[in-house]
Amino acid sequence: MDFINRQNKYVVYALGALALCILPLLLQYAGNFWVRIADIALLYVLLALGLNIVVGYAGLLDLGYVAFFAIGAYMYGLMASPHLSENFPWFARMFPQGLHTSVWMIIPMAAALAGIFGILLGAPTLKLRGDYLAIVTLGFGEIIRVFLNNLDHPVNLTNGPKGLGQIDAITLFKFDWLGIPGINLGKRHEVFGFDISAVTNYYYLFLVLVVLSVIICHRLELSRIGRAWMAIREDEIAAKAMGINTRNMKLLAFGMGATFGGISGSMFAAFQGFVSPESFSLTESIMIVAMVVLGGIGHLPGVILGAVLLSSLPEVLRWVSGIFDLQAISGGRLDPAILRQLLIALAMIIVMLLRPRGIWPTPEHGKSLQQQPASK
Amino acid sequence: MDVLLQQIINGLVLGSMYALVALGYTMVYGIINLINFAHGEVLMVGAVTSWSIIVTAQESMPGIPGWLLLAVALIISCVVAAALNFVIEKVAYRPLRNSPKLAPLITAIGMSILLQTLAMIIWKPNYKSYPNLLPGGPYEFGGAVVTTTQIMALVLTVVSLAVLTYVVNFTRLGRAMRATAENPRVAALMGVKPDMVISATFIIGAILATIAGIMWASNYGTVQHTMGFLPGLKAFTAAVFGGIGNLAGAVVGGVLLGLIESIGSGYIGALTGGVLGSHYSDIFAFIVLIGVLTLRPSGLLGERVADRA
Repeated sequence: MDFINRQNKYVVYALGALALCILPLLLQYAGNFWVRIADIALLYVLLALGLNIVVGYAGLLDLGYVAFFAIGAYMYGLMASPHLSENFPWFARMFPQGLHTSVWMIIPMAAALAGIFGILLGAPTLKLRGDYLAIVTLGFGEIIRVFLNNLDHPVNLTNGPKGLGQIDAITLFKFDWLGIPGINLGKRHEVFGFDISAVTNYYYLFLVLVVLSVIICHRLELSRIGRAWMAIREDEIAAKAMGINTRNMKLLAFGMGATFGGISGSMFAAFQGFVSPESFSLTESIMIVAMVVLGGIGHLPGVILGAVLLSSLPEVLRWVSGIFDLQAISGGRLDPAILRQLLIALAMIIVMLLRPRGIWPTPEHGKSLQQQPASK
Repeated sequence: MDVLLQQIINGLVLGSMYALVALGYTMVYGIINLINFAHGEVLMVGAVTSWSIIVTAQESMPGIPGWLLLAVALIISCVVAAALNFVIEKVAYRPLRNSPKLAPLITAIGMSILLQTLAMIIWKPNYKSYPNLLPGGPYEFGGAVVTTTQIMALVLTVVSLAVLTYVVNFTRLGRAMRATAENPRVAALMGVKPDMVISATFIIGAILATIAGIMWASNYGTVQHTMGFLPGLKAFTAAVFGGIGNLAGAVVGGVLLGLIESIGSGYIGALTGGVLGSHYSDIFAFIVLIGVLTLRPSGLLGERVADRA
């Protein structure tokens, strides 16, 4: 990016910020469907940023990342839906109206719970490396999913495959004791004559979260912790020899990555109003890994690009195939869902063949770059 | 008692299938250090191809004996799957051999989605019932019931393992494979052609996966485009369990995994007083795996891998 130099850096940033703020208002005219795509894309960016800490910075291939997303989502689902009161009489006696916890409570709790699970997962895997780690994390993700799917019996905690519904939307700045009703993000609002729909509200919330996460990740990358992670990624033994506490650093990477997953999970639950185990399959985990790797592993702009591309491309393709009515042309064999899967798969293969280091790789990652021409 | 015996028999059949697929993972991993995520889909293609052959043949030539039909279908679908895996390696993995490690992993995932989707387009997404071609049985055996299909599965596994052992240990190709797994560069200096060895490995892996796929299909009686996912995942687990890169490890891991799964799901209800049911069976594999890897990070029979590997 040559045009971002010192002088016009802030101009570019300001223009970018403005564009991101206006985007949903423009999309709204085309229909809420498009804003929804942007929302989902932002959620995936959040997830990909979290996974990037684990895979990109610390070099630990985590194939069970979606488990933390699920933990955050179910945390929000349980705390902000009538499910617990409906199923446990003692709980209903304590909270007859159900537990409608404030989002300011749930987010830290979801983040903490996911973080704890992240460390729990990390602890037994410290000695493992590479692909052994991949399969253990994959197994962990499956274990969590199977439990979510089956914990409706004998104690109905997760409502099994039916999932949790009637989850509250997020209400910000609600102060009952001051008589301020707060802003319910699940409803449409009118601001200065503009009609702002619910999905647009969420867009702004997610945007704020993404910006915060980017700042956190950027600072992390430059910090001692980030350097330590990258040292472990490049050569664990050497990192250890240089006095880095590899055990704590790895646990920290797992914990921090999981925290991001937990927060985006709780946002997802609030946004959808419904969670079920179906949203947290292994394919989802693999998709997030693909976003990180496809974009440019360890490089923030690349990771964001990868997440936006892979999450929005399918939806756009669905729209395109709807226009051309492929289903009729191909005699019912090519429906939009199939076509988009096909194209995603092809995109993954072709992008990797053309740019093995990702679409927008990190410029600093020069070691492998310099070595390759020499060996060929 | 007969429940235990029955579960052991079921577990052996399941485990021998995992073992065959796990061998494909482990051989590929041993040579090019790639988790071949598309391996389960190769199994699926093999099984669905054999279904097509059997169904068409049954329609056009009704009098053909079942075992002959199965044998012919097995051979043809092995060839198809082998050709497919050969092409996949050439197109999606070979160009990335010197790239960062995660790049071929992503193409493998892409390939797996691609194969599933193509299979869905070609064969339609519905479940298709796989005809039971082997007459006779079920036989009583010490209070447990064994079907002809299960016997065939065990026999096929033993035969394939014997052939594979012979090939790896006593042929030129086997020696070349072992040498390449040890060190591709030195092997190349000794006159081994690594590219050829890798292609051969993928072909052998595809044949083993197809045999397992046909076993799976005739044992459960259905085929579908997503059928490769679960066996692929379990077999990968089995390969890691036994120590990835180690052929004997894959077999031990596969059989143990099958036994644990089927004995576990048979008894978990009784053990926990009905709290946990057999739908938890899918996670036994992973719980055992995490336990084993915590104690032995390189798997049951794995060697201590050098840290720089």
